[in-house]
Amino acid sequence: MATKDLKIPLLEELEKGPWPSFVTEIKKSADNPMARDTLRQLEKSYEDKISHWKHGGLVGVMGYGGGVIGRYSDSPEEFPEVKEFHTYRVNQPSGWFYNTEALRTLCDIWEKHGSGLTNMHGSTGDMIFLGSTTEAIEPCFADLTEAGFDLGGSGSDVRTPSCCVGPGRCEWACYDTLDACYDITQEFQDELHRPAFPYKFKFKFSGCPNDCVASIARSDMSVIGTWKDNIQINQDEVANYAKNGVDIEAEICELCPTKCISWNGKTISIDNSNCVKCMHCINVMPKALSPGKERGATILIGAKAPIIGGALLATVFVPFLEMEEGYEDLKELAEALWDFWGEYGKNRERIGEFIQRVGLANFLDEIGLEPIPEMIAHPRTNPYIFFEDELEEEDE
Amino acid sequence: MSTPEIEEVAEAMLELVTVTKGKKNLKAMDLTKAMIEKFGDENVDKKLCKKAIRSLIDSGRCVYSYFGGSYITLPSEETQEG
Ligand code: SF4
Ligand code: SF4
Repeated sequence: MATKDLKIPLLEELEKGPWPSFVTEIKKSADNPMARDTLRQLEKSYEDKISHWKHGGLVGVMGYGGGVIGRYSDSPEEFPEVKEFHTYRVNQPSGWFYNTEALRTLCDIWEKHGSGLTNMHGSTGDMIFLGSTTEAIEPCFADLTEAGFDLGGSGSDVRTPSCCVGPGRCEWACYDTLDACYDITQEFQDELHRPAFPYKFKFKFSGCPNDCVASIARSDMSVIGTWKDNIQINQDEVANYAKNGVDIEAEICELCPTKCISWNGKTISIDNSNCVKCMHCINVMPKALSPGKERGATILIGAKAPIIGGALLATVFVPFLEMEEGYEDLKELAEALWDFWGEYGKNRERIGEFIQRVGLANFLDEIGLEPIPEMIAHPRTNPYIFFEDELEEEDE
Repeated sequence: MSTPEIEEVAEAMLELVTVTKGKKNLKAMDLTKAMIEKFGDENVDKKLCKKAIRSLIDSGRCVYSYFGGSYITLPSEETQEG
């Protein structure tokens, strides 16, 4: 067995306990010299308490500015097989739907050109192929495109858009997340492959406010499904839940954030004008309640994870947008954002940070959106927006 | 000055990347702003610059490099970031 003469005692500590271990998994591929040297180098990192990877530089495929992240060993004599160990981001299908044939094809391509190690999936959503030489990049890319796959984004560009499974599996989807994600990916191919922004820009599409792809926390443009009419109620099913032990008063009414549901012991009623679409009641009684029929999405801007500076949650920009095929309004909004941020954003400044720096009011002014109450993150805080008409009236 | 051809803008960009080599890394937007200044905003816009950058990259005269952000550099600059 290829792991016999592999001396990695520190890494093997990570195999103890009941949980899955990446060490165990990589060991299964230890016949591959790259996988083997990955483990050996990682053991040295644990001994030295320092990473032995260097990254950056100039790798990629002709014409693209993203998709392959250059990675090198800082000890190439000691670990010659991982001297070059570049990472590929491969654009995942919408909603991560694969058939087994597609998965086999991808694995075969990667075993032919790289270490065979993958990470399904990276935090942006791509399939991550870990470890190839510089020489292998173009032939691997050729095989991927031949099989119908493309590289995703990296660097200062549109990152690979991602979406929840949406109507593919979920009855709560308020729009077709799979189609919107695919359409936006196709539309912005240039922005995805040719970095032209101050920093990365992520799109994420969730079909309802449960936000299964965490778009409100992780994307520069977050598209979250919602509805504007009434929650649909099946009172017979409500009664069944009550009969089967659900305490409607305690578990539904009391936990509704705006207390807009009431229960008279037989039926519930909802004051929909005060519903904030949190999904709580629907999640607890999925057979009895479902989103309304007039469906669309809320567009939020400016979230980011804490890499440079702290984390930001997104701010509502458009409370309700009908998600019609073509998504013209969405595309127009994205281009308006890029225009302003692209010109005045600082290097490595995410759009949310840029909005904080220039001020929401100035930002809205520049991209041509009117301020609305839904943009205020916390009630009764000063939004620093002055309504000019009101000021003028007061001045008169 | 009249509207330049895409290639003329691409060549002016290449010249800028060449003279700033080793002194300043340029992003796509830096090149775009410099071209608008050079040719005038009545003659050159962001769209034209985008096409010029595409021509530079597709022909291999320039490449994208990553140094904490994405820059447009000459193909010979095989620098690595630690
Ligand atoms: S975000 Fe909503 S629609 Fe999408 S999978 Fe989750 S629950 Fe379903
Ligand atoms: S979705 Fe949330 S806010 Fe609306 S009625 Fe249900 S629990 Fe209340």
